[in-house]
Amino acid sequence: MPDVAATIRADARNRLIKRVVLDTSIAAAVVIGMGVMRGVYSNELMLFNFVVFLALAQGLNIIYGFTGYLPFGYVGFYGAGAYGFSLVVMHLHAPALVGMAAAAAAALVLAVILLPLLRLSGAYFAIASMAAAQAVYEIIANPGLEDITKGPYGVSLSDVFAPAFSYYTALAILGATLLLVVWLRNSRFGMSLQAIRDDSVSAAMSGVSVVRGRTIAWLLSALVAGLVGGVFAWHISVFYPDTAFDLSVSIFSTVFLLFGGATTLCGPLLGVFILYGIYNVIGIAVPQYFQFTYGALIVLLVLFLPNGLVSLLTNRGIRVP
Amino acid sequence: MLTGAIIAGIVFGLYYTLVGLGLNLVFGVMRIVNLAHGDFLMLGGIAAWWLFSSFGLHPLVSAALVIVVFVLVGLPIYYLVVPRLLRSRDSEMLSLILFFGLSQMIEAVTTIGLGATERSLPPRLLGVGPMVLLGTRLPKAWIFSAVASAVAVLLVYLYLYRTRLGTLTRAVMVSRDEALATGIDVNFVSAVAFGISIALAGVAGVFAPFILGSITPNMGVAINITAFAVIVVGTLGNPLGTLLGGIIYGVSLMLMQTYLSSWANLLPNLLLIAVLLIRPEGIFGRKVRRA
Repeated sequence: MPDVAATIRADARNRLIKRVVLDTSIAAAVVIGMGVMRGVYSNELMLFNFVVFLALAQGLNIIYGFTGYLPFGYVGFYGAGAYGFSLVVMHLHAPALVGMAAAAAAALVLAVILLPLLRLSGAYFAIASMAAAQAVYEIIANPGLEDITKGPYGVSLSDVFAPAFSYYTALAILGATLLLVVWLRNSRFGMSLQAIRDDSVSAAMSGVSVVRGRTIAWLLSALVAGLVGGVFAWHISVFYPDTAFDLSVSIFSTVFLLFGGATTLCGPLLGVFILYGIYNVIGIAVPQYFQFTYGALIVLLVLFLPNGLVSLLTNRGIRVP
Repeated sequence: MLTGAIIAGIVFGLYYTLVGLGLNLVFGVMRIVNLAHGDFLMLGGIAAWWLFSSFGLHPLVSAALVIVVFVLVGLPIYYLVVPRLLRSRDSEMLSLILFFGLSQMIEAVTTIGLGATERSLPPRLLGVGPMVLLGTRLPKAWIFSAVASAVAVLLVYLYLYRTRLGTLTRAVMVSRDEALATGIDVNFVSAVAFGISIALAGVAGVFAPFILGSITPNMGVAINITAFAVIVVGTLGNPLGTLLGGIIYGVSLMLMQTYLSSWANLLPNLLLIAVLLIRPEGIFGRKVRRA
């Protein structure tokens, strides 16, 4: 009998290893692909935006896909990161990597301040987080703070401008985020998060620490957005608070995530490549056509495919990495 | 200055009650959040502007037209979207995303059709010169808008408490399932409530140029946060609590603008977060916090 048990365990382990290897190679392929593209394709800004949204959609996946909380104000962390980076670079003349650390710290501090929001459920959480992001924007863009944040007039960071270095830093952040999602999908912690999402009472009864799990996921998700915001500030180097706190950053990330399918690794990737790809082909000239298509897509998705593109496969019992 | 701020706050509060009322009615009856509420308000404002600049119609006439048209627009939207939405696993959450999509569509179509410019109506339409109210001089247009809002709120009250359909609506608010079991045509009652809600947003839009200054296609999101703040303060799902929420909101907004004007835009956001965290059930209580 012990042999059977051992075989089953070894079997499970083999399957887990296969899954992790598959997931990791997808992540690696995306990162390497985006790295190679920079040498091949000349529109660097567009590629950079792809990397930004790939990372943001996965960052949102960490909190929405694994815990069910949908922060409409996700852009707040992105903006906090962008300004964390800018303030340190502008006032302390710090090197860019120190700025990145400040970006991470700013997002984490904001996330800790907003921790009480996790006590709210569903729609209340979504709206409250949106209000929080707006509040941070109002503070940073306030003309009264012009000496510190440059208020609504925007910041300029030409000292640290480094398109190549910042692009590869963004790629590194994307890689780390993808690995984080791979880990969540295949680890005990990720499983416990999904258990909390599906039924927090039962999960708590089985000894899962609900508060701890949600807090960690929230902080990780904020950290990703903060780092992406920081690297955005670094790469773009001239921007306004309207850009850093643009609600469409939240919207785009949410739509990409929902379109592809949350809780998976491929879903958000597909969402970004397909939708943001289309956006770059048709959307730039008249953004409103795209805004309309987006709106319609959201409505149809919620009504007919609430679990995203990957649910076409997962509903048939096929595992999607 | 203090009394002035408070009186102006009450005038504004009546208007904000109108802004939030429709949103709260839909939430109370259907347990969904219509995030396109602010965009219907914007459409009401555009309609008033168009009716005035093309036909010279007085805003009051426009308001009556808007009510009829918006109710008729609201009914099909309800039947197309809401019954299917309510069957889903987490309709409250999904409604937020769905109506957000609708809001984006409305904003895009309006921008494509009319451009992103600001539109306004001459305030003299609603009376010339200021009016003195307890020693405070307020533009007549403000008073007029506030009175119109108060009338609309009163009509909703009469509908809910003095008509048969209103009684049925309140029954659905208490429990959708039990109302269904009693034989109430829940879908029809909800559809009418939805139509009324859209019409209320439209009427609020007609007066928006006088109170808020102008109408732009992308004003919806900000209005939504305001409306949500108003109804959360006043108690979600309780249409009459909205009146209290509106007045609290209006008065605090005016106090902020009087004493701390550059930070006034922070107010709806902070008020919303604070109320959600400290007393999420609003002033008249109803539990919303589960997690």
